[in-house]
Parts: sequence; C-alpha cells; structure tokens
Amino acid sequence: MKTKSIMIVGVGGQGTLLASRLLGAALISVGYDVKVSEVHGMSQRGGSVVTYVKYGDKVDSPIVQKGQADLILAFEQLEAARWLPFLKTDGTIIANTQQIDPMPVVTGVATYPDGVLDAIRETGVKLRDIDALSLAVEAGSAKAVNVVLIGVMAAHMDIDRAVWEQAIRETVPAKFLEMNLKAFDLGYQNAQ
Amino acid sequence: MSKKLLIGNEAVARGLYEAGLRVASSYPGTPSTEITECIAKYDDVYSEWAPNEKVALEVAAGAAIAGARSFCGMKHVGLNVAADPLFTASYTGVNAGLVIGVADDPGMHSSQNEQDSRHYAKASKLMMLEPSDSEECLQFAKLALSLSEQFDAPVILRLTTRVAHSRSLVEVSEREELDLKPYTKDPMKYVMMPGMAIKKHVVVEQRILDQVAWAETADINREEYYSTDIGVITSGITYTYAKEALGENASYLKLGCVYPLPVEKIRAFAAKCKKVYVLEELDPFLEEHCRQNGIEVIGKEAFTLQGEYSQSLIAKVILGREDKSVATDLDIPARPPVLCAGCPHRGLFYALKKLNVFVSGDIGCYTLGALAPLGMIDTCICMGASVSALHGRNKADEANAKKSVAVIGDSTFIHSGVTGLIDIAYNQSNSTVIILDNSITGMTGHQDNPTTGKTIKGDPTTAVSLELLAKAVGIDRVRVIDPYNLEECETVLREEIEADEPSVVISRRPCALLKYVKHKPPMHVDPNKCVGCKMCMKIGCPAISMKDKKSVIDFTQCVGCAVCSQLCKFDAIKEGEAK
Repeated sequence: MKTKSIMIVGVGGQGTLLASRLLGAALISVGYDVKVSEVHGMSQRGGSVVTYVKYGDKVDSPIVQKGQADLILAFEQLEAARWLPFLKTDGTIIANTQQIDPMPVVTGVATYPDGVLDAIRETGVKLRDIDALSLAVEAGSAKAVNVVLIGVMAAHMDIDRAVWEQAIRETVPAKFLEMNLKAFDLGYQNAQ
Repeated sequence: MSKKLLIGNEAVARGLYEAGLRVASSYPGTPSTEITECIAKYDDVYSEWAPNEKVALEVAAGAAIAGARSFCGMKHVGLNVAADPLFTASYTGVNAGLVIGVADDPGMHSSQNEQDSRHYAKASKLMMLEPSDSEECLQFAKLALSLSEQFDAPVILRLTTRVAHSRSLVEVSEREELDLKPYTKDPMKYVMMPGMAIKKHVVVEQRILDQVAWAETADINREEYYSTDIGVITSGITYTYAKEALGENASYLKLGCVYPLPVEKIRAFAAKCKKVYVLEELDPFLEEHCRQNGIEVIGKEAFTLQGEYSQSLIAKVILGREDKSVATDLDIPARPPVLCAGCPHRGLFYALKKLNVFVSGDIGCYTLGALAPLGMIDTCICMGASVSALHGRNKADEANAKKSVAVIGDSTFIHSGVTGLIDIAYNQSNSTVIILDNSITGMTGHQDNPTTGKTIKGDPTTAVSLELLAKAVGIDRVRVIDPYNLEECETVLREEIEADEPSVVISRRPCALLKYVKHKPPMHVDPNKCVGCKMCMKIGCPAISMKDKKSVIDFTQCVGCAVCSQLCKFDAIKEGEAK
C-alpha cells in the first residue's frame, strides 16, 4: 500500500501526543509499517504543536509536508487553519470547534479571526467539525478531548473498532479506562 | 523477538541495554533526554542525572576505564560543556566501551543555536555514527559500544531531532550480560601529561587511519543502486527524505559512519552516477570531504545551511516537483509557546516588570519570560550565563548595578550558575541573583536534579540546600519568596536589589505540571464586577481571555494560583469552590 499521512495538530497541553500514540498502536496492530514524528520541548508549552503519523508497506520519511496529508485531526480551530496547507487538496480535515486564544490575541496585538471553519470549507477540502470538548465533559473529563477526537477519526478510517479500543486499553491508565472508552464511543457515534 | 514502536531515543536506550551497558550518566537536554530516561527503567544498569555534561562525561569515562560499558547523553550544546573531557578521553581511550550520545536540533525546535556536532567528531578525532530511524538507533548503539572497544576510543552517536523523536518499528532482543573488564594500571595510557600525551597523539592519528580503512568496507556505509542518473550521498534523517522524494530515480550512498569518512568508497560511488548530490542538514560536512578529495558534487549551493531538510525540499530542488495545496485567506496569528497556567515564574516576572530592571536570563522554561506581555528577559546566552554575565555587566557599569538581576532555574543553577555566583561573591559585584526554584528540571519534561531530593529512579537522596550553598560561597543576604504572592515578591526584590552587597533570592514554588502538586479549583470571573480593564491580562496567562469585553477564565487550564486576582482592582476574580 502507498504510504498514507495523518497529522495531529493542536495546542501544547491538549494531549496530542497521547492521540498519536493511540493511532500508532492501532496501525501497528493491523500490520502496517508506521512512523510517528513528535515534537517535544519548548513548543509543548502552549505553542502550536504537530505530530505526523505515516503508515503503509514501507515508510521512509517520518514527516509530512505541504500538500501531503490525507487526513488532519485538528484539536483547535485556528490550528486547523494554520496547518490546512499540509492537507492534500482532496484530503479530509477533522476540526474540534474549541477556540484557544494564542498569546498575541490575549495581549491584543492580533485578533482571533472570525469564520475559521467556513473559510476552511470554502477551500473545497472535506471538513468535519465537532464540539469534542462538550463530548469529553459528557464522558467525564475535559481532558478526554484527545480520545473523543480519536473516536471521530476512527470512524473515518478503515480499521476495526475493536482494534482502537484495544489500543486505548493498552495506553491509558486503568483508572481512566472506562471514561476514555466512553469518550472514544461518543466521538465515534458523532463522527458523521 | 518482538517489534515495538519506539522513538529513536528509546531505541538507543534499548540497544545500549541489550549490549550490556552498565553505567549511564547524562544531563537532560531536548532532544536527547529520553535516552537516559529510558535507560533508567532498566534495573540492570546504573543510571544518573549528573549536575552537568562535563561531570556526566567524566563519570562515564571513569566507569569505562573501570571496565563497564558506559554511556553519556546530551544535546548538541551540552557537548560544548563536555568538550574538555571529550578531547582528552580521545587520547586515553577506554577499557570497556564508551558511547557519547549527542542530539542536534536542526530547525531549533527547542534550542538556542543550530550547531553541527559533526565538527566535534573531527576536532576530537573520534568516530561518529549517525542512524536514520529507530531500528538503526538500536543497532548503531550496540555497534558503537563494540567499535569503542575495537578501536580503544569513545564513539559518538549523533542523532537529530527527527530521529530522536520519531517512532518507528524496532526489533528488540535479550540483554547480553557482560562482566566488568579487568582494569590494569597503565599510566602511559590513562595519565595524560605531556610525556604520555605526546606518545598517545601518535596512537590517535594512527587510529583515525585504521578507522578510515574500516569505513571503506563497513556495512553501515551502504550503497543502493537504482537509476544512476542521480547519485545521492547522505546520512541520518536526510536519507529517509531523499528516499521518499526520489525513490528509484536515484542511487544512494548512505553513510552510517559520518566520521571518519571513507574516500575510495565515495569516489567509486560518485563515478557510477551522472550527477551527484550531497544531502545533509546544517553544515557542508560530507560535502567538504568530497571536495577535498576532488569528488565533484552539488551541495549547499542548491540547498541551505539553515533549518531542516525534507522530502519536499529535495523533490523541489532536484526534480522541480511540488505538491498542490490549499490555504484560507485568513490572517492567522502566531502561537508562540507560553508559560503554563499556574506557572510559578509568571508572578516573579510580573514583579520584575514593576521594578523595571535589566534581567540577565538563562536556559529553561523561564526564558519564555522574554515574550510579550511580560517581556522581562534582556539576555539569554547559554546555561549558567545569567549569573556570570550579570557579574560582568555590573563590573562594567557599577552605577547601574542596582537596576539589574539574574534569573536562573534550580537545575541550571547547579549545572553552571553556582560557579558564576562564586565569582560574584569572590570578586564582589553588587549583583542580585534570583533562583527560580520550581523543584524540577522543567523544560526538558521533569527530570530530578541535585536540589530535588530524588534520584533519576525516584529514590530519595540528599538534596542540595540552595540557601546554604549560597551562604557557603559567601553571599550573606539570602531570602526565600513565594512567586504566587505578588506583594511579597515586589517588596523583597526591591530590598535586595537596593542592598549594597550581593544577594540571592530564591523564588520557590513547584512547577504547576508536577503530578504531586495539589491544585485549587479554577478561578472564575464575576461578570457583574468585571469592567474589562484588562489588568489581569498583563501577566500573560493562557487561561485568561476576553469575551464580550469581559475577562473569562478557561476552567480546563486554570489551576487556581490566584495571581490574576491579586491584580484585579474590582474584586471580580473569585476563587472556585472545591468540588
């Protein structure tokens, strides 16, 4: 199979690393060659963060560049727009509707643009927007936004649901397992 | 045998472990940190965080001479700190294998410069291996230990951010248990005084020749032939970019050993290809070697000395191919990293802002205090420089000594700030040094250090008392403040800056991200009292924003530190109720 590319983008602290770990675990268990590229360090402190996940028969480069992602999972609206150029023109972008003001907006030197999702839709790419924060709260914790979004993404991919649930079991601590499985389910059910 | 999806750093740790590693001593630094964190999970290996990279390398060198396979890891700038033992360990050689792991950061994801560590291999005359993915990280780590013993010299294992922090599949196997190699007293080998070193230098130069001969036939310097219209000489992560960009439209010479480099192997490869490119991030290290040996290549004139390469860059330059993409026409504000909600550094920087002083800064999360709206760092050079550079400034401009401070974290202070403080005390400059003691090495992702009272494995140990240390070096004025208390911060800092002698202020509050820290419920804004004056926005807390001309606090981020409420003149910010 030709290598496929997924990007997980968001704001440092939103739990994008756990999401990429889950995705990596699910892809391996169905037998793909997988590479996942993470960024650690300074940008994790509330900065714009991106993780690349690539899979196929044989993956070379671990990173994704402009016009190369088949799917982007965005944890925040502005980050969805920022990384949109990395999407293939016929790719799909899943965007959490949450808005987090970057510091230049907080300090008043920049404004958070209106109509971000509409602007993304107007470019002609496939957009699925979802209020993952509300679903996470419904599942039991605002911190489960990442797993809700994984649930949404899972519904857009060709991997058995049981594989995802197994990956969650192997990745999250036991005491948060039930809540995370619920978060995954809510994302999955509300994906379309 | 099983396959695991490991980041490069984890795979290096695994390889070292499997090859019988016994001792690891490192100082954390992105993107190298996880190598040693992962080694610490193996109980068969002694591991530690050292106070700095020089100490770490000396510990590892001592252990190798004692007969234990040893490792020392650091980021690129750490190798500057460890350069002193590096150059002479090249002369003494080893007994059991010694591997020095160094992670470069092209693109500066989390660094203050973009230096290319390959120059150190050449300068110290030590072999350097460079893996391309996690499987090679594991294999090369093992190979490096055995090459170190074969050539009786440390071997440097160089990673870059994308190798260190990318996960790929790795086949793991069992550990090989090795006994300590016997140590034999040998002053001609291990005591580097001129008489011995003169003789050892001859050995070092011969060793390089032997290593070149090895490099000519080594498996890790691998040719792959497809179309010979294009030849690519490359190494490390750039090999994966080239393969993705060019596929079977090119042939490859993938160099797993980047120092010393083969000559004839490269010449033979180049002769088979019509047009030869050297693809390497940062400096033209491979390229200059080719040119020096009269091998015609295309290198930096077509690419760049700055930042990272990618499959797209290579496809564009060599094939003239670009992928199509779309973008919105929105003006998208940047999202620079920020101090976290509840970060104890925030209150301290706000107090400094009110005092309007020059701030000599250092390396750590608190370097983010340089950014708006706090904007309270004037300089940042390297680990420890805040203290010594402040001393220099205050000697140069004594009239303004009472308008300046240094800020330095607990771990950075131990790393190399304390030596600067000794200079302040010994040579008496009227300097105020603020130690931002958040009880952890923060930016690199929470490593214990000599002030935290815990070892790398989390076991209790003795803790350096920063108060007693400052007093012991000759600072009489030492005070402790709570950075969540703005009034206390401002009052104490003003007194210490104005005092006629050197002083140390310890701003003490654990990092808000530490798991053991119990947070208060999130604060909230009473919209009836908020007048939208934006006073609370002046501390640059990512949990606070304005909606409909009123301040709002994001409950998912706020940890109830209450620094914002101390700024509100209208009593609009309330503590949350415990659930």
